Amino acid sequence: MAEPVIRFENVSKVFRRPDGRGDFTAVDKLSFDIDKGEIVAVLGKTGCGKSTMFNIVAGLIEPSAGQARVIGHDPFKEFDFFRGKIGIVFQGDRLMPWRTALDNVLLGLQILNADPKTSEETARAWLKRLGLSGHENDYPHALSGGMRQRVSIARAFAVNPDILLCDEPFSALDEMTARDLRAEFVRLVRQNNKTAIFITHQLNEAMDIGDRVMVFHRPARIAFEGRLTAETSADARQTMRDDIMRILAIDPTPISATG
Amino acid sequence: MTNLRSVRVLQATAGMLVLAAFWQVLSMTLPPFLFPPVPEIISRTVEILITGSLLIDVLLTAARIFAGLLGAFILGAIVALLIARSRNLENFITPVLNFFQGIPALSWVVFAIIWFHGTEFRVLFIMVMTTLPAFTFQILDAFRSMSKDLFEMTMSFRPSRWTLFKFLIVPTIVPGILTAWKVNLGNAARVVVVAELVGATGGVGYQLLRQQQLFDMAGAMAWTLQLVLFVLVVQQTINVIENWALRYRAVSERAM
Ligand SMILES: Nc1ncnc2c1ncn2[C@@H]1O[C@H](COP(=O)(O)OP(=O)(O)O)[C@@H](O)[C@H]1O
Ligand SMILES: [Mg+2]
Repeated sequence: MAEPVIRFENVSKVFRRPDGRGDFTAVDKLSFDIDKGEIVAVLGKTGCGKSTMFNIVAGLIEPSAGQARVIGHDPFKEFDFFRGKIGIVFQGDRLMPWRTALDNVLLGLQILNADPKTSEETARAWLKRLGLSGHENDYPHALSGGMRQRVSIARAFAVNPDILLCDEPFSALDEMTARDLRAEFVRLVRQNNKTAIFITHQLNEAMDIGDRVMVFHRPARIAFEGRLTAETSADARQTMRDDIMRILAIDPTPISATG
Repeated sequence: MTNLRSVRVLQATAGMLVLAAFWQVLSMTLPPFLFPPVPEIISRTVEILITGSLLIDVLLTAARIFAGLLGAFILGAIVALLIARSRNLENFITPVLNFFQGIPALSWVVFAIIWFHGTEFRVLFIMVMTTLPAFTFQILDAFRSMSKDLFEMTMSFRPSRWTLFKFLIVPTIVPGILTAWKVNLGNAARVVVVAELVGATGGVGYQLLRQQQLFDMAGAMAWTLQLVLFVLVVQQTINVIENWALRYRAVSERAM
């Protein structure tokens, strides 16, 4: 068995409270492995530490304890190693307003110092694939929310990363658009044999997308894990759905407005 | 859109015309050496612009303004970036800048005369010291307005420092920097004449002082207008640059 692409071993993250009074544990001894080619949906209530886990994988923050490894390396310390290896689709499109759709997709390739001519062909191809032909030279303010999120997907895929991370990318979109983009996303990940983590707070979305669904407690720890394949029967799905609903309902901490 | 614009231009012109008419009335009732007629002021203004030996003084002052602003901008950018990177440095430098900001331009003039020789260096020193604090704070504000979301998004591609600067920081701070230039230009134009009043042997400030000695009100007005026109022209130029650089912004079709 090959080494997992993403491995968390007893990872914790403790934040200092903004008022300086005590600490706040967002991730609590979290452990899991994700293998190459898997799409893992991470589900949990608002404020349970999903984004914190995500930021650790992305190397944007450092664990307080435990070890996070991505392709056998430390995502926070080995900053340069991961250049071009991780693609991120954030919640909200996070497009640069001063760049056109095409230039936004080009950002990663420019940071990687890729050849400008082939980069542009790549970027145009991705925009086309996501149904944005003709909008290459539009600025973000002239695009709809769904179109902007599509540009941000193109931006993440254009660098051809091995790993894709998505943090509630479609939660601000209407259900129709979200469903299309979800299907598109799964298709792209499968076709290109990527590994993906997809964070969501919606049960349906998690079950639609994941080969595996991980449900987080608050603070982040695995409360439930289940696998899904094309062969999983409707009954099995329903059982899993019920299990997850029960776990999310008995979460002892009340829902707060954080996260 | 174009209609709205021409209306605005008309309104602006009308305001100035009323002011000129008011002045003209005064010139007809009061002694002309106090209120010289408008046509005379205009012809004196034009005379300066078309007489090489006088135009030199305008250009000299313009050069002093630009040199001072450029110096303050470069220094301010360095100080702002240092402050942005270290809280300790911020706590250390901010009170000093605030203190500088409270010192009147005339005091800097006196200090410069006591400390330094050489007119140009004195003027440069005064210009830099009077515009540096505001420039620094404005650049710092522009830098701090950087979106955390865009910063994290860019960092996720793991850029080098230079790439980060080029792709994120520069586009983020450009709007603030253009505004800072416009604001400081006005301040600098007011300070430069004070700086030139004392010791300079050329420039608009020097000419203004001469008009006072000659008791020539039309001349004083004509030289003042040079400075006002200069600021307007440069501000318009910055506006054009701004409209080009910020062309990505959404424009509402509805005016406020
Ligand atoms: N930088 C931070 N400083 C302090 N507390 C934080 C920080 N980031 C997140 N938290 C806290 O950690 C908890 C988990 O946040 P987050 O990971 O964003 O949750 P989720 O994405 O699951 O909604 C929240 O209670 C949040 O307030
Ligand atoms: Mg979140």
